[in-house]
Amino acid sequence: MPQRRWAIMALLELTGVTKRFGGLTAVDNVNLVLNEGEILGLIGPNGAGKTTLFAIIAGYLKPNEGKIVFNGVDITGKETHKIARMGMNRTFQVVKPFSDMNVVENVMVGAMMRNASVKRAREKAMDALEFCGLAHRADYLGRELTVANKKRLEVARALASDPKVLLLDEVMAGLNPSEVRDAVEFIHRIHARGVTLLVIEHVMEVIMPISHRVAVLNYGKKIVDSDPKQAVSDPEVISAYFGSTDEGRGDASC
Amino acid sequence: MDKKTIQVKSLFRPAIIVPAAVVLVLCLLPQFIKGYPLHTLTLIILYAALGSAWNWLGGFAGQASLAHAVFFGLGAYINSMLQVHFEVNPWVAMLVAMAGVGIISILVGLPVFRLSGPYFSIATIAIGEVVKIIFINWKATGGAVGMYLPIRESSLLNFQFNDKAPYYYIILAFYFVAVSITYWLKNSRSGYYFRAIKEDPQAAKALGINIVQSKLLAMVLSGMMCAMVGSFYVNFTLYIDPDNVFRFMTSVQIALIAVLGGVGSVWGPLIGSVIILLLSEGSRAYLGGIGAGLDFVIYGLMIMLIAIFQPNGIIGAVENYRKKKRLKKRQMQEATDAAKEVGDHGAA
Repeated sequence: MPQRRWAIMALLELTGVTKRFGGLTAVDNVNLVLNEGEILGLIGPNGAGKTTLFAIIAGYLKPNEGKIVFNGVDITGKETHKIARMGMNRTFQVVKPFSDMNVVENVMVGAMMRNASVKRAREKAMDALEFCGLAHRADYLGRELTVANKKRLEVARALASDPKVLLLDEVMAGLNPSEVRDAVEFIHRIHARGVTLLVIEHVMEVIMPISHRVAVLNYGKKIVDSDPKQAVSDPEVISAYFGSTDEGRGDASC
Repeated sequence: MDKKTIQVKSLFRPAIIVPAAVVLVLCLLPQFIKGYPLHTLTLIILYAALGSAWNWLGGFAGQASLAHAVFFGLGAYINSMLQVHFEVNPWVAMLVAMAGVGIISILVGLPVFRLSGPYFSIATIAIGEVVKIIFINWKATGGAVGMYLPIRESSLLNFQFNDKAPYYYIILAFYFVAVSITYWLKNSRSGYYFRAIKEDPQAAKALGINIVQSKLLAMVLSGMMCAMVGSFYVNFTLYIDPDNVFRFMTSVQIALIAVLGGVGSVWGPLIGSVIILLLSEGSRAYLGGIGAGLDFVIYGLMIMLIAIFQPNGIIGAVENYRKKKRLKKRQMQEATDAAKEVGDHGAA
C-alpha cells in the first residue's frame, strides 16, 4: 500500500457534532477529520445520519453541540453561502438542477462565485462541462437531462466554483452498472484535479475502491473510521448492514 | 459541436430589428395621435414601466409581490409632499422619493423575505392595506381627500407642460430606463442569481449566493423604479389621494401585466400593458356605469386562462414554439448519437 498523505493537514475537522430532532438524535457526538487531498467515504445504512451530517457541515442545519473547523476557521453555524465561498461545496442526494435554465447557465451560476464577468463565467462553465462530459448537452434545459446527467450537472456546477472540498451526496444512487463504472472513474478524475472529497454512499461495493479511508455511521454514531478493507471486515459494520446473526436479515445493498 | 450554428452577426437580426422598430414607433406615435388616445398611450407606457419593475422581483427572482402599488404610491406621495410642504423642485423631489422608497423597500423586505411563495404574496397584500389606511388617516398628506400640486409655468424644469406630448416622452424615457435595467439583468451576474433563487433556493445557497441580499437588491431596484414612475404620475395628474394610488387592484394589474406579457422577459410587460390598459380603458369608455368592474371580471378570467394554458405569458408562448422546433432537431440528433454508441460498443 502506498503511503497516504494523511496528517499533512486537516482541512475539515468535526468535534463532538450532535444534532437532535425532538427526541431523535440524528447525529450523535461525531468526530471526523478530512485531510487535504484525500477521498473519505462516509457510509452507513439508510437513515444512519449521513445526509444530516452533510447538511450540518454545509451550513444548512445548525448542530446542537460540537464544533466544525474548515481550513483553520470555525464555521459552526455559519451561513451556507459563506461556507461555499470559503471553498466547500456540495451536491444533493435529490438532484436540484435549475430546471428552466439551460445546462451552461446552470454551471455559469456556479462559476460566477469566483467570476463576476458573465463572459468569463461562461468560459469557465464550458471548461467544467467539458471536464464532466456534458459539453454536448450545453443547450439542454436542466430538466431535460437524464438522472445520471443531472448528477453530473450538479458536480459540474460545484466544480465551476473551484472548491477545495467537494461533498458528494450519493452521486451514484440510481445509476445503472455501466453508469456507476463511469462515475467511479469520474470521481478519480475530480480527485486528480486536487479536490479533496467527502463522499456519501451506502452501496459498499462502490465506495470501497475509491476511498482512501472510510467512516461508518450507524444510528447517528460513528462506529468505525479506518481503511476500507478493515471496515468491511469489522463485525460492527457487518451487523449494522446485515443485522446481527440472530435477526438473520440481509438487505445491505438497498 | 459537430454542427455549430453559424450566427449572422448582422444588424438585421430579428433580435435587433424588432426592438428598434418598437422604439421608433413609440417615439413617433405622438406625431399622429393627440388628446385622449395619447393620454391612454401615456398610461400604457407608465404601466409597462411598472410591469417591468415587477418583473425584476416577481419574474426574475420569483417573489410575486402584490404590493407594487405601495412603492408607486409612496413615490408619488413623497414627491408631492416635498413639493407642497417644502416647495422642492419636482425632479429633486423625485430623486428623494426614489431614495426614500429604496430604504423603505429594504425595511419591508427584511421581514417579508423570511416568507416564501404564496405566504410572501399574502404578506405583501397586508402591507398594501396597512399603508393605505395610514395615508387615509394621516393629516399631513391630506388624509382621504388627498393633495393638489401647485400649478406652475410650463417647463421641463417644473415638470409641467401645457401639452400632453412632453409627458409622454418623459414616461417613455423612464420606461427605456426600465428596459435597459431588464436587459442588464438578463446579462449580468445579479440576473443569473435572481433566476437561480427562483428555481431552487437551496441549490443557490450551495453555490455561494447570498439569498437575502439578492432578493433585497431585486426589491430595491423594483421599488425605486416604481417610485420614479409614481413621481411622474403625480406630476402628470397634479392630484393624489390614497384610494387612487394605493388601490389593491393596481397591484394586481401591475403583476398581471408582467405575467400576461411574459415572466422574466424584456418586452413582455409592454405587450401585457397594451392588452390590460385597452381592456380597462375600453370597458370604462364604452360600457360606462353599467360596465363598471367588468374589466375586473375579465382580469379574473385572464388569470385563470394564463395559469392553465400559458404560465409563461405571451412572450413565453413564442419561445415555447421555438423550443419545440429545437426539440425535434435534438431528438433526431439523440437518435443518431444512440446509434453511434451502440456501434462503438459493438466494436469493443
